[in-house]
Amino acid sequence: MTSPQLPHLATALRNPRYLVSEWPWRALGYLVSTAPIAGVLSVGLLLVGAPLLAAVNAVRQHGRPIPLPLALFLTLGTLALVGFAPIVSAAVAAVERWRLGLVDPRPLPARRWSGVAERYTSASAWREVAYLVWLGGVVPVVYWVYLLLVLIDILVVTSPWLAGDADQVIVLWDIVDRPGEAVPYAIVGVLLLPVLWYGLGVIAAVQGAVARWLLGSSPDIVELREVTRSRARLVDAYEAERRRIERDLHDAAQPRLTSLTLQLGLARLDVPEDSPAARPLAVAHDQAKGLMIMLRQIVHGIRPQSLTDLNLAGAVRELADEAAVPVTVHADLDRPVPENVETTAWYVVSESLNNVTRHASATRAEVRLTQAGDRLVVEVSDDGRGGADPARGTGLTGLADRVSAAGGRLLLASPPGGPTLVRVELPCHR
Amino acid sequence: MPQVTRVVLAEDEVLLREGLVGLLERFGFEVLAAVGSAPELLEATRLHRPDLVVTDIRMPPGRRDDGLRAAVALRSEQPELAVVVLSQHVQAGYAAALLDSGDGRRVGYLLKDRVAEVVEFVEHLRIVAGGGTVVDPDVVRRLLHRPHDPLAALSPREREVLALIAEGRSNAAIAAALHVTEAAVGKHVGNILTKLGLLPSDDTNRRVLAVLTYLRGGPAADPGGSTWTGPAAGRR
Repeated sequence: MTSPQLPHLATALRNPRYLVSEWPWRALGYLVSTAPIAGVLSVGLLLVGAPLLAAVNAVRQHGRPIPLPLALFLTLGTLALVGFAPIVSAAVAAVERWRLGLVDPRPLPARRWSGVAERYTSASAWREVAYLVWLGGVVPVVYWVYLLLVLIDILVVTSPWLAGDADQVIVLWDIVDRPGEAVPYAIVGVLLLPVLWYGLGVIAAVQGAVARWLLGSSPDIVELREVTRSRARLVDAYEAERRRIERDLHDAAQPRLTSLTLQLGLARLDVPEDSPAARPLAVAHDQAKGLMIMLRQIVHGIRPQSLTDLNLAGAVRELADEAAVPVTVHADLDRPVPENVETTAWYVVSESLNNVTRHASATRAEVRLTQAGDRLVVEVSDDGRGGADPARGTGLTGLADRVSAAGGRLLLASPPGGPTLVRVELPCHR
Repeated sequence: MPQVTRVVLAEDEVLLREGLVGLLERFGFEVLAAVGSAPELLEATRLHRPDLVVTDIRMPPGRRDDGLRAAVALRSEQPELAVVVLSQHVQAGYAAALLDSGDGRRVGYLLKDRVAEVVEFVEHLRIVAGGGTVVDPDVVRRLLHRPHDPLAALSPREREVLALIAEGRSNAAIAAALHVTEAAVGKHVGNILTKLGLLPSDDTNRRVLAVLTYLRGGPAADPGGSTWTGPAAGRR
């Protein structure tokens, strides 16, 4: 996202030659150009903020109620502020992104204007509003404090001359009336100049970092959800495609091949053993039979037929029947489960039972299928030795990937010594 | 077989259906109707009252296990009806659901691939039509590999014998297949039945029960079969 090779103010500050580089001047330019924008914004904030603070203070300290016109003004003012802020912030943010180039040339992706409504709904628009508040509320205070320090320093540096002209010069906590007495102060003041020069850079760097953080491309929740949804759509499409291929093979290709093999078998009955056609016919028949077995295995690899023929509970019982340890199946499914969820759940049970066989040294296992709200909950438990660790490559990682692609989550409890419980929750509606 | 076996056939793929009709007629079966969906199968069987129904499992309208459910329904309506269901793939639950219908006799569960071995396939149909029970060797083989098999008490030889019983073979046929005497087979069968706790009554029925035990993967089955919650019963 960022390009670390591109130098910017924050990295330049760590350079020993910073004070004589161009960076302090860039920082100065940045701060000076900030001032008018921050000034306008702070006036806007003060217009509503100052009476509000005063009113709250009056109520707290003197118990005086807020007069109605003031309350009305404050309400309308606040509403206007909140109402206009997202619109104003769009323009300010655009200027600020461009201006940030002064202290931080790393590219910052611009946001395109996508309608007024979007300004009130998207998270990034409200981050820009937050930047507005920071610029109008916090930045001016910092600037005033810095300006005060600069003025004091100027006073200290010029104190020997000033002390010569007038009778008395007040320098901070000491009273100086002769130029000679002011000289040590002046020396300290001169020494402080590079510190202030450096401080300018620090302020500009902090301001730039905040701008980058608030105006940069934030992980927008809305967009993230859209990505998840499109990934789920892809998984659905993939599953539908597998199902279609399996169906085509099962309903069209397999019976045709069976029919062909049957005809070859019948033909063999009519051809005498000593006929020259008998041998090639027998070979053709055998090859057709081999192809039937092969095709059956291919179809099974595409999608478990037990899922197509039976429902999820039936297919899981078939899996349990074939497992190496006795498996009890409890299925409590009142509502139909979508096809893609069925397939994922089937793989969860299949893979988990495989793990039980391979790793758990269990004597028995249990599969539980329930529906909680709009989620399907699959639980596979065993009485084995536990200690299942996704890092050890027990197929758990692949399983978790598959579950997360379906928008679900996988929970694992497997203390050393057992028992192991795999719990998978899959959303049935998206 | 002196009497002609009358058949209703259900298979949704036209070419295979025609091929099966040709096969059945060639071997002397009388095909009363050949249909392409589960409702048509129910209708045709109720109308023609055949001796044997041969049906595909996955058929319209649901394209799931419609054919199997129709077969189970017909079995409860006509307990004397022999039914053979054909499945594209092995599913132990299917075989169990079918064996649970009625008394577990006159039923067969075969992989569709078996029709390629024309003569054997017809032989299986005849066993079922004659009152036997046939379970596809692939189903049997898969069940045999279960480590938690309740039949763990059986010796390897006894398992072999039980697998052959499941294929609907007589003691004589089993003896021939295993190259032992019929008396030895009889002894094995007796041991199997004793180990499974099946008390002597009707011998054929006990053989079926032994197979049922096998398929359920549970303790010795009762003929009512009320404990199984397989695909047909467990469906919502």
